[in-house]
Amino acid sequence: MKSNLVRSAPGSSRVARFVRAPGGLSLRLEVRALVVVVALLLTVLTASVVLIGTGDFPIPVGDVLKTLLGDGNAGQEFIVNELRLPRVLVGLLVGASLGLGGALFQSISRNPLGSPDVLGLSQGSTAGALVMIVLFSGSAAQVTAGALVGGLVTGLAIYLLAWKQGVHGYRLVLVGIGVSAVVTAVNGYLITKADLVDATRAVVWMTGSLNGRDWDQVWPLLWLCAILVPVVLANARGLRMTEMGDDVSYALGVRVERVRLVLMLAAVLLTAAATAAAGPVGFVALTAPQLARRLTRSPGPNLVPSMCMGATLLIVADWASQRLFGADQLPVGVVTGVLGGVYLLWLLVTERKAGRI
Amino acid sequence: MSGPANETEPVMSGSVNENVEKGTNTVNRLSAESVTLAYDQRVIAEQLSVEIPDNSFTVIVGPNACGKSTLLRALSRMLKPSEGRVLLDGQVIQSMPAKKVARTLGLLPQSSIAPDGITVADLVGRGRYPHQGLLRQWSHDDERIVRESMESTGVAELAERYVDELSGGQRQRVWIAMALAQQTPLLLLDEPTTYLDIQHQIDVLDLCAELHEEQGRTLVAVLHDLNHAARYATHLIALRDGSVVAEGAPGDIVTAGLVEEVFGLRCQVIDDPETGTPLVVPAARKARTKVAAEAS
Repeated sequence: MKSNLVRSAPGSSRVARFVRAPGGLSLRLEVRALVVVVALLLTVLTASVVLIGTGDFPIPVGDVLKTLLGDGNAGQEFIVNELRLPRVLVGLLVGASLGLGGALFQSISRNPLGSPDVLGLSQGSTAGALVMIVLFSGSAAQVTAGALVGGLVTGLAIYLLAWKQGVHGYRLVLVGIGVSAVVTAVNGYLITKADLVDATRAVVWMTGSLNGRDWDQVWPLLWLCAILVPVVLANARGLRMTEMGDDVSYALGVRVERVRLVLMLAAVLLTAAATAAAGPVGFVALTAPQLARRLTRSPGPNLVPSMCMGATLLIVADWASQRLFGADQLPVGVVTGVLGGVYLLWLLVTERKAGRI
Repeated sequence: MSGPANETEPVMSGSVNENVEKGTNTVNRLSAESVTLAYDQRVIAEQLSVEIPDNSFTVIVGPNACGKSTLLRALSRMLKPSEGRVLLDGQVIQSMPAKKVARTLGLLPQSSIAPDGITVADLVGRGRYPHQGLLRQWSHDDERIVRESMESTGVAELAERYVDELSGGQRQRVWIAMALAQQTPLLLLDEPTTYLDIQHQIDVLDLCAELHEEQGRTLVAVLHDLNHAARYATHLIALRDGSVVAEGAPGDIVTAGLVEEVFGLRCQVIDDPETGTPLVVPAARKARTKVAAEAS
């Protein structure tokens, strides 16, 4: 196997590397993006181990690693494998799903504001969960199912309302904002109707939290990711082309509407499932792709870096909230909301300075 | 490398019988057969038939809203005719696999977006998409063809620059380079000179002429400027209200009568002192108003 280096963009360290094998097989890798992905993975793994050791009963990093490898004492084994590991895994999967879902939506709408938080998908999931909590006083599983259905129905509604011989960026964002407003009003109504206990439960759910998540939340998310991530990555090259406009990508032989339908469906499923598992964790879907993109400095949807960035953001935010406010005191959604909100403002200010808005 | 010329597959049953009456019409690779073109309910053209002669530089002209861009969209399968059909190598274009069409027919549309932070070489490289697959993402051929496309459009020295930083003329050359990297024997261009100043307009048209003459590609362009069209086209199609008023070599069909019929403009047609092709000189305002006054 031989490979060669092609330099591009002087001043930046972006180097594209092409790996070629006999028989015509060739892969295209961007070194900078690869480095970013590896660095993010290392960060998120380290943070996960530290997070598992953090809590009312702190466990040293060495013991955490030993226990994870099946070599700990019984007490640590229970805390690590039954309590904290599933919680961290849910965090990783939720963060990755939100990051990927956000990157897909932002690429499809060609707009950073076209992310699931802004389009009303999270609000749709919330509505589903609130219906279960307020009207039926449902169990945790029912609330999860309600959130999933709510997210999917909202996603479908946005797609159908925005569809007019194809879905276009601005229409998608505007329709999404409209849907979001309606659903938010419904959510407000549901909360005012609720009694105190249900309302408290609803508000906790709405903040987005990893508290008390166990293996029951891990498996469905893991399966969904295992199926959807390969589907998404197989369509990633087509998605990259559609960023140049429908006409150009169509002329290049991309089946634009099919790629978009498949990817939107995947993004809706990922977002709805993540929201059902952890509540509407704010702004990860919005910020992760933008941060990833600024790190890789690469045009294109940056799907894998966004996924890694989403997981990193969520885990680091969870760790920060536990360190600053104590275990299980502050839901992770508050921290990501604050971080994301500040970032969004910064984004808007820089865009304004660049004269784009 | 695939030889696009002999990829033509046997025509499906059903269309065979219809081909009998057309006789020589199937010779050309790209044609529209009595197509009706409409956006939603708004009909732009009805029963329109157009042949694109092989190895020609065909230019479509006509007044605003005559359907020239719509025709180009139909020829490049962006718009599905509500009646009739567009044939590419004897097959209905909509029935062909998307990537196969993209290896035969390229299009430079009016609306294209350069993604943020993309370099020229990257953008041109994206033209290789229809030749690539999940496991064949970047071959030596891809690299060579991208380099050649940039060289023949004169953007090779810009390869590492960001597309956002380029001037309008340079950017248009980059998009043309991308369409070239697609390596299609047929290339369709929708108003490639719009928004460019006169020097860059001529620049782009020279480039088109070069692609046609030296690389033997069949070019189809929509142009606004009748004089540019008359100078560069080998085959001219004049449209008005969705139907063909005249077609043929510019020297044969561009007359004062035709310009008046198509554009409603009184003019003289003289020989271009540079090239000998027809040159349209609009009548002076006074002359035109006098005629209008006499007519009323």
